[in-house]
Amino acid sequence: MEQVLMRAGLWFGALVLAVVACALAVDQGFAIHMAIFGIAAAIALWVTISGKSVDNAVRGVLRMPDPGRYDDDVIRWGVIATVFWGIAGFAAGLWIALELTWPQLNLGLEWINFGRLRPLHTSAVIFAFGGNALIATSFYVVQRTCRARLAFPGLARFVFWGYQLFIVIAATGYLLGITQGKEYAEPEWYTDLWLTIVWVAYLAVFVGTIVKRSEPHIYVANWFYLSFILTVAMLHIVNNLNIPVSLFGSRSYPIFAGVQGALVEWWYGHNAVGFFLTAGFLGMMYYFVPKQAERPVYSYRLSIIHFWALIFLYIWAGPHHLHYTALPDWAQTLGMVFSVMLWMPSWGGMINGLMTLNGAWDKIRTDPIMRMLVMSLAFYGMSTFEGPMMSVKSVNSLSHYTDWTIGHVHSGALGWNGMVTFGALYYLVPRLWNRERLYSLRMVNWHFWCATLGIVFYAASMWVAGITQGLMWREYGPDGYLVNSFAETVAALHPMYALRAFGGLLYLSGAVIMVINITKTILGQYRNEAPMHDAAFDPEKDRPIVAQPA
Amino acid sequence: MSSIVERHKTLERNVTLLAVLAFAAVTIGGIVEIAPLFWIDNTIEKVEGMRPYTPLEQAGRDIYVREGCYVCHSQMIRPFRDETERYGHYSLAAESMYDHPFQWGSKRTGPDLARVGGKYSDEWHVQHLKDPRSVVPESIMPTYQFLAERPLNQGNMTAELQTLYTTGVPYTKDQIAQANDDLKAQADPENATEFKTRWPKAQVRDFDGDPKKLTEMDALVAYLQMLGTLVDVNAPAAQEDLAKEKGR
Repeated sequence: MEQVLMRAGLWFGALVLAVVACALAVDQGFAIHMAIFGIAAAIALWVTISGKSVDNAVRGVLRMPDPGRYDDDVIRWGVIATVFWGIAGFAAGLWIALELTWPQLNLGLEWINFGRLRPLHTSAVIFAFGGNALIATSFYVVQRTCRARLAFPGLARFVFWGYQLFIVIAATGYLLGITQGKEYAEPEWYTDLWLTIVWVAYLAVFVGTIVKRSEPHIYVANWFYLSFILTVAMLHIVNNLNIPVSLFGSRSYPIFAGVQGALVEWWYGHNAVGFFLTAGFLGMMYYFVPKQAERPVYSYRLSIIHFWALIFLYIWAGPHHLHYTALPDWAQTLGMVFSVMLWMPSWGGMINGLMTLNGAWDKIRTDPIMRMLVMSLAFYGMSTFEGPMMSVKSVNSLSHYTDWTIGHVHSGALGWNGMVTFGALYYLVPRLWNRERLYSLRMVNWHFWCATLGIVFYAASMWVAGITQGLMWREYGPDGYLVNSFAETVAALHPMYALRAFGGLLYLSGAVIMVINITKTILGQYRNEAPMHDAAFDPEKDRPIVAQPA
Repeated sequence: MSSIVERHKTLERNVTLLAVLAFAAVTIGGIVEIAPLFWIDNTIEKVEGMRPYTPLEQAGRDIYVREGCYVCHSQMIRPFRDETERYGHYSLAAESMYDHPFQWGSKRTGPDLARVGGKYSDEWHVQHLKDPRSVVPESIMPTYQFLAERPLNQGNMTAELQTLYTTGVPYTKDQIAQANDDLKAQADPENATEFKTRWPKAQVRDFDGDPKKLTEMDALVAYLQMLGTLVDVNAPAAQEDLAKEKGR
C-alpha cells in the first residue's frame, strides 16, 4: 500500500509539474509537449491508483499467452512497438526520398518540409525502431542467458512506456520545429532529461537481472548490451549539455560551440552508430544467430578480443566526420587511423557470426530466417569495410558531403540493423506467443528478397550519385574554370534519387509483408503452404568429392 | 593466450568489474581527442573582425536551425581549389566560435553557405526562399513562403542573449539589455541610431522588402547576409593568423 501511495505521489507530482509548465509555457511547442507529458502522467496516476493491471488489459488485446517462466510481457509489447515504428520510419524515409526527387511533394507545408522530416526519419528508424528492438531483445536475451526473471518488473514497464513517450515527444517536436540542430541529437533539453531518466531505469533493470542470474558466467551478448547501455548514457549526457533559455520554453543552447561543439557532436554521432547500431545489435546477433543455427558461437576467444578491441577503438573514430574541416589535423589523422584499425574488430564480429554456421550452412538454403541473419552479417561486413575506406582522408575528400555517405549509412542500417532485427522478430514471435511456427515461411522469403533488392537499388544508386556529385564538383575544364554550377550537379542526380526511392519502396513492401505475417502468427493462423525445400536427403550423395589424380 | 582467456573469466563472473572496465575503455578516446581542443591555440584563438550575432541575426539563426537547413547545407569550406573557387576562402575555426550549436553540416544537397553573405541581393534571397525554382529551375529545395508572412516572434531576446552569454559568447551588458529593441531596429534603418552604436559593423536595412512588418524572413535573410562576412581573410592580420594555423 505504501509503495502504491509513493508511486501515486510521484505521478501526481509529475502531473502537477506538467500542468504548471503547460500554463506558464513561453512557446506553443513547449505547451503542447507539456500537455502530452501531463496526459501521460495522468494515465500513469490512474493506473497506479485504480490498481488495474496494464499487463492483463493489454494481454487480451494482443492475445498474449499467460505469464510463463520468464517475464515476457514487456518483450511482446516491444516486438509490436518495433514493427510499428519500423513501418513509420521506413515510410517517412520513402516520403523524404520522394521529396528529394520531386520537391513539389513538400507541399509548401512547414511541418512536412524535408528539413523537418529528415530528423523524424532518422530518429524513427534509429531510436524508435532500433531502440525498441534493442530494449525488447536485451530483456529477452538477458533473462534466458542468466536464467533469471527480469529484476524490477515495474521499472521494466516504465522503461518501455517511458521510451515510447520519449519517441512521441521527439517526433512531434521535429514536426513543430523543436530541435537543437545537432544531427541524431535533435531532441531539446527536456526530452533529453526524460530520456536520461528512462535510460538509467533501463540500466538498472538490465544490470539488476544480471546480478540475480543463476548462471555463473555472463554471456557474451550481455557484454555487448551492457557496453551499449553504458556508453550511450555517457554520449547522450555529454553531447546534450545545454542551457535552456527559459525553464518554460523549448529552446536551449549547447554549451559547446564551433570546433569543440563539432567534435563533441561527432564523437557522439559516430558512437551512436558504434554503440547503438553496432554494439547493441552485436548483442542481438550473439544470441539469435547461434540459436537459429542451433550451433554454439564459433570462437569464444575471438569474441573476447573483438569485444574489447571494438569498444575501445570505436570511440576514437569520430573525427573522420570532420576531415579537412577546421578541426586540427592531428585529430583528423587520429580519427582516420583508428577508423582503419576498427575494420579488424568489426570483421571479428562478422567472422564469429558467420562461422557459427559451420556445419549448418545448409540452413541458408532451407531456412529464410537464417538467410536473413546471414545477409545481415554480410552487410555488416561490407559496411564496416566501406566505412574505414571512406574515413581515409583522400577518399573522404571526394565522398564527404555527397550521397555516398547516405548510401553507406543505409547499407549498414537497412542491411545490418534491419535484417538482424527482422530475423530476431521472426525468431521471437512464435516463441513469445506460444505458436508452433510462423504463419508463413514463404512470406519471410518474400520479405528477404524485397529487402535485399531494395538495399541493392538504394546502395548502388547512392554510390553512383555520390561519386557523380563528388567528381562534378571538382571538374575543371581546359580553360581552368570549374565546369559545373552547383545547380547542374543537382539536376544530374535526379534519376538516381528516383531509383533510390524505388529501393526504399521495395524495402518498405518487404516490411509490410512482415507485418501481415507477424499479425497472422499472433492471431494463431498458419498458412497451408508447400515447404521451402523439397529435395529429399540422399545419404549416398552426401560425401566429399575426392580429387582424381590425372 | 589461454591465460588471458582464463583471467577473462573473472570479468565474466563479475558484472561490476565488467561494467567498470568497459566504461573505462570507452572514455579514453574521447578524452584524448576532445580535451585538448579547449586549450590549444588554433581552436580557441580569436581573429580580427569576429563578433557575436546581433539579436536579429541570432533569431534568423534560430529559424535556420528550426527548419533543419543544416540537413542539406554545410557551413564549412574545405581547403580544396574547387571549393575555395566555388564558395570562397576556406573556413577558419574562429569563424564558428560563437556558433551554439555549430552548423557545419555533413551533406551538400544544396551548396555550402559559410560565405553566402553578400553574394546575392536581399531580393534574390527572399524570392529564392519563397519559391526556389523561380530563380534556380534545377533546385529541389522546399518552399519557405510562410517565413515572409509570419511576424517574427522569437520570445525574449534578452533572455536568449543572456543564455548565450552564459555559454561563453561575449555580449556586452548593454547588448543584452537592449536585445528586444535591437531586434527590431536592425530591420528599421530610420530608428537604428542606437543600434548602430552597439553594433557598429552590422548591416542595417529592411531585409525582406516589406518595411511594414518584421517577419521571420527578415531575420533569416539578415543571418544569411552576414554569413562569412565578418573576417576579412585577405587582410594582413588574418593572413598572419592563418599562417599560424597548422595542419591543413
